[in-house]
This record gives sequence, structure tokens and C-alpha cells, in this order.
Amino acid sequence: MNQQPPPNSFRQGPDARGRFGTFGGRFVAETLMPLILEVEAAYEGSKTDKVFQDEWRRLLKDYVGRPSPLWFAERFTTHLRKNAAPGMGAKVYFKRDELNHTGAHKINAVLGQILLAKKMGKTRIIAETGAGQHGVATATACALMDLPCVVYMGATDVERQQPNVFRMKLLGAEVVPVTSGAATLKDAMNEGLRDWVANVSDTYYCIGTVAGPHPYPAMVRDFQSVIGIEAKAQMVEAEGRLPDVLVAAVGGGSNAMGLFYPFLDDPSVAMVGVEAAGRGLDSGEHAAALSRGRPGVLHGNRTYLLQDGDGQITEAHSISAGLDYPGVGPEHSWLHELGRVTYSGVTDDEALEAFQLCSRLEGIIPALEPAHALAEVMKMAPKMPADKIILMNLCGRGDKDIFTVAKHLGENI
Amino acid sequence: MSRIATKFAALKAQGRGALIPFLEAFDPDRETAMAILRGMPAAGADLIEIGVPFTDPMADGPTVQKAGQRGLKAGATLGGALGMVTEFREADAETPIILMGYFNPILSYGVAKFCADAAEAGVDGLIVVDVPPEEADELAPDATANGLDLIRLVAPTTGDERLPKVLSATTGFVYYVAITGITGTRSASTDDLAAAIPRIRKFTDLPIAIGFGVRSPQQAGEASRIADGAVVASALIEGLLASLDAEGRATPATVPAVLDRVRELAEAVRGG
Repeated sequence: MNQQPPPNSFRQGPDARGRFGTFGGRFVAETLMPLILEVEAAYEGSKTDKVFQDEWRRLLKDYVGRPSPLWFAERFTTHLRKNAAPGMGAKVYFKRDELNHTGAHKINAVLGQILLAKKMGKTRIIAETGAGQHGVATATACALMDLPCVVYMGATDVERQQPNVFRMKLLGAEVVPVTSGAATLKDAMNEGLRDWVANVSDTYYCIGTVAGPHPYPAMVRDFQSVIGIEAKAQMVEAEGRLPDVLVAAVGGGSNAMGLFYPFLDDPSVAMVGVEAAGRGLDSGEHAAALSRGRPGVLHGNRTYLLQDGDGQITEAHSISAGLDYPGVGPEHSWLHELGRVTYSGVTDDEALEAFQLCSRLEGIIPALEPAHALAEVMKMAPKMPADKIILMNLCGRGDKDIFTVAKHLGENI
Repeated sequence: MSRIATKFAALKAQGRGALIPFLEAFDPDRETAMAILRGMPAAGADLIEIGVPFTDPMADGPTVQKAGQRGLKAGATLGGALGMVTEFREADAETPIILMGYFNPILSYGVAKFCADAAEAGVDGLIVVDVPPEEADELAPDATANGLDLIRLVAPTTGDERLPKVLSATTGFVYYVAITGITGTRSASTDDLAAAIPRIRKFTDLPIAIGFGVRSPQQAGEASRIADGAVVASALIEGLLASLDAEGRATPATVPAVLDRVRELAEAVRGG
């Protein structure tokens, strides 16, 4: 697919139309278009607004607990070296965004967006959520900033993520179960867009990932880039050099873009985005839009999508509610076609194994989303020389997933 | 002159606005939808809007969403919708047909091939909900080359500074979305419409049709007089839905249930 020459910089996107190459854009109904332009103008203004930036930084530091630590996963590294050839087995580091307040990276971009909403004079916040992490983060920020919050969540996800549903309610948010379609993240996003169309004057739509119409993919990426900026400095301090490979899970792709973006123009750093291969990439039951989808338009942007031959969107499958989405952020589609980032797939079973291994070896229960990235690290590290460094984004903690995992392991809790 | 322009000019000469009923392709099955489509002109439809089912219709409320799901279950595709138009044109060369849908099925079909096939089938205009003027170059060149009108949505949120941009990209007629919201939910007041339509007329000479929330014959009559036409969708689909059996299949009452409503709407539009 890669017929265009590599750009001088991989950090030049998006263009004025919100495009990363041919991907991205603003494919929304006219009712929303003026609002999207308003968000874009407000976001551009916030970049040079010192009061805004200082407040966001203050919240990240004192409320979220940033910077999140960089952790050398020594026992994990040693374990993987056991089955590697002599001299092989890369060093594995975790960027510990699971230690953030609310338990995942989502809060980074949510605080930025809710500050923006306040700046725009919006008095009501809506959000969609899959695993519930973005919903919890949004509900949290709304509690802190005294704004009413409505979270759309697929009815299927409400069932499998009960702890997060209850958290959102405790935080004062209204959780609306969505029953259309397969009742998962895609349908929650449709419902979020429908709510927004009906409440344009007072409502801000806080999108949880690097997808949706421009400026959301760029804006969420920029806010999440705090992950990669910190990691870069921390790695130089720990090892005196940059990592050799970055690994991150990709559903919509916000934690991956946040880690990758600051490294995109460092040619020595390879990057792997890990999609959910569900029951297998060729099983028809997965969420691997880049590996098995093709470009199309959904939720306001052109990107790789799981779809049938007639352009109807097909349902994704993953054990991880946060990866259960038939699309992917447009910048990932662009980086995929340029070959700057490699995208692989990890199955439900592989992620479950990594989930358990990390818990036992590192004393860290990861969320099922980064467990996919971890499973990729388990495949990759033993094939790399021992002096190589892998940096993986441990973007969320697994407390929310223990019920799902217990069920898969046949345990009653 | 296109079929759409000819129709609006003829209605203007008669001193009335257009009734534009909507049906979802293949809802609840191809044969029934075809019978409804064929019967619409005699029941009083001046133009007809055919919805192309899509899995993720983000501008539609529950009624149209479910109609689309029934259509997809019955095997609806973009090609299938074009097939219905081809068949309709065997007996009707005059009633303008507008396809309304979302961009992804068109992209998947191939934009150039779709526009050529749509024109060949006898489609007159397109409403593609998620292609705003900012993305017009995705579709407009092929639509224009094939003589298809690109009917754009204007919403209450479309401000005066933006109207020229939207309207300059519009051909055929302007579709005024009467409410900020999705289909089949609220209705705009007569006062709101009476204020909104002159605002748009300042920027265009094209006919204006009002849609979203036009439900009753009285509302259709008023909308067609305030503007140049009224689009009715959800109210017709609700009539269809009420006629289905417990398994969601068509019954002998289905086609008349829709066409009788079209007749009532037409009477109101024609000054009843």
C-alpha cells in the first residue's frame, strides 16, 4: 500500500483538513460541523494559553500523579530470557500509566478536554466508553469540575464491566446502556454523536480515543503525548539512550499514539502496535482493523475499518472491552501504510496468559488491554539480543478485569 | 432541466409545495418496499426519498435505525437500492428519486462507479449525511459528471457566515434539518420554521424542503407552505412497523398502511 515517499517528518499531521495522508477528515452531519470547527478553534487557542496549560499541568501532577514511573521489569525480563538463546532476551521496561488516578492513561486527555469544555462555556459533558476506563475518567473530571456527565456504554459492556459502571455512578455520572447494534463501543459512540447533535448548544463530547472527526485525533494524541515525552526523558536517565522498540495495545489507539508520537522522528526506535486478534486473526472474531480491515469512513473519519463487501461495518470481538472496536485512529492508518509502525495481533488466550504472568512475576495486575501488548513483548523479547531495550506502555490496571478473567479461568468470585 | 428542477418548477406553477415521502430500501423486505415505492406517486408523492440502510446511521433516531436494520436483514445493499430504482423507472419516468444514506457504502462500492450506476438507474439526487461541504471533493466531481444533484443539509446550527459555503455546494434543492437532533424525535415549531426559511432564502434561489420532525398531515401542510416541500420519514415507518406481524414480516395491511398515510399527507400539502 505504501506508494508515497516517506515524509521528512512523521509528526507533521494532520493538515488543515484534519488529514493524515488520506486518513482522518471531518465526515459529520452538517448539524455538527459548526461545532467541530468551534472545538478546533478552541483547541488551537489553548495551545498558547498559558493559564490553560498551567492548569492542565497542575492537574496532571497533583491530581493524576504524573509523571508516571518507568519500571524495569526485571523478573519479567529474566523469565523471558530462560527460554531464549544465550545472549538473547531484551530488557523490558514498563511505562506505568496504570498508576494514574482512575487507573489508566485516559485521564490525561480527559482533563485537557474538560478544561477546554469549560473554556468554551459548555455546561454538560457526554462521553462514550468501552471498558469503562474513559467513562470513569470523564466522570471523575466532571466531579472535580462540577459538571453534569452522561456516559454512553454498550449494554454488553455494562454487563462485563460492572465495577466501572458502579464507579461512574458513585462519581455522579449517569450511565446510559446502549442496546443498538452489538451494544458495544461502536454503538456507544453512535449514541454519543446522536446526543451531541441534539444538544449542541450546551454540550461537549469528550471522545476517549484518537478517532472521531478532526480535531479529536490530533487533540487526544497531543494530550496523551505526555506519556511519550516523559518516557523519553526517563529512558535516557535510566539507560543513557532511547529504547529500541516501543510496544502498545491499539484499540482506537490513544495510549499507543501517546507513547509513539514523541519518538516518531527517532529512526532508531521501532514501534509495534498490538491489535486484539480475539479468537484468531482468521477466525472472523477479532478487532484487528489494520491487519484485516480496509479503509472506509465511520464516526467522522476515514480510517481502516472492519467491514463487509458492501461497506457495512462488522462487529469486532475481543476479550478486552477497550479494544472491541471495528476501527482505529486515522493516524495509525497513516503510520501503518507508511510502514513507520508495525501492527500485529494478539489473541484473547495470549492476552490472558500475559495477564497472569505479569501479575505473578511483577506484582502488577495489568488491564486486559495492555496485557495484549505484554503478550507481544513475550513473543518478541526472546528473539532480541540481551542489550536491546523494549519499552511497553502499561496503560491501565486490571482491577476492572478480574471478574472477566476469573470467568475465563473457570473461577467463581 | 433535471427531473428535480422540473418538478419543483411545475409545483410552483400550481402554487403549492412538494410532498417528499421516505422509505427505507428493503424494509421489511424487497418486494414490499418495491410495492410501496411503486404506489407512492399515485398516493400523492411528488418526489421520493429512498434510504440506503447502513449499520451505523449516526444522524438517525430509533425508528429509522430499526428500519435500516430490517432492511439489512432482508439483504439490502447499495446495489440493491439501485436495483429498486431501475425497476421503478420501468413504469415512472417523471417522479424524482433521491437516495439518502451514509458515505461508507458508497466508498465501498466505488464513488465513480456508484455515481455512474445511480444515474443509469434513474436516480436524480443524493443526500449523503456524513459528507459536509468540507469533504465535498470526495463526491461532488463524480456526482456532477453524472448529472446527479447533491442535496445538502442545512441545520439550525448553520450560521449566516457558513450558509454561502454550504449553499454554493448544493444543487437540486436544499434540505433544511428543522431541529438540532436526530430523525423522528422532536418537531420544530411553525414560528421557528417561519423564521428559519427566509434566512436561507437570502442566500439561495433553490427550492427548500423541510425534514426531521415533520410527522402529521398538518405539519406537512405547514412545512410545504413555509418552504417548498416537506420530507416525512419516521411517521411513515411507524405506520409500516405497526402493520408487521409478530416476527416483523409484512402483512396484507403493510403497503396500504404506508400509502394511506401518504395520501393523507398529500391532501394536506395540496391544501386539503
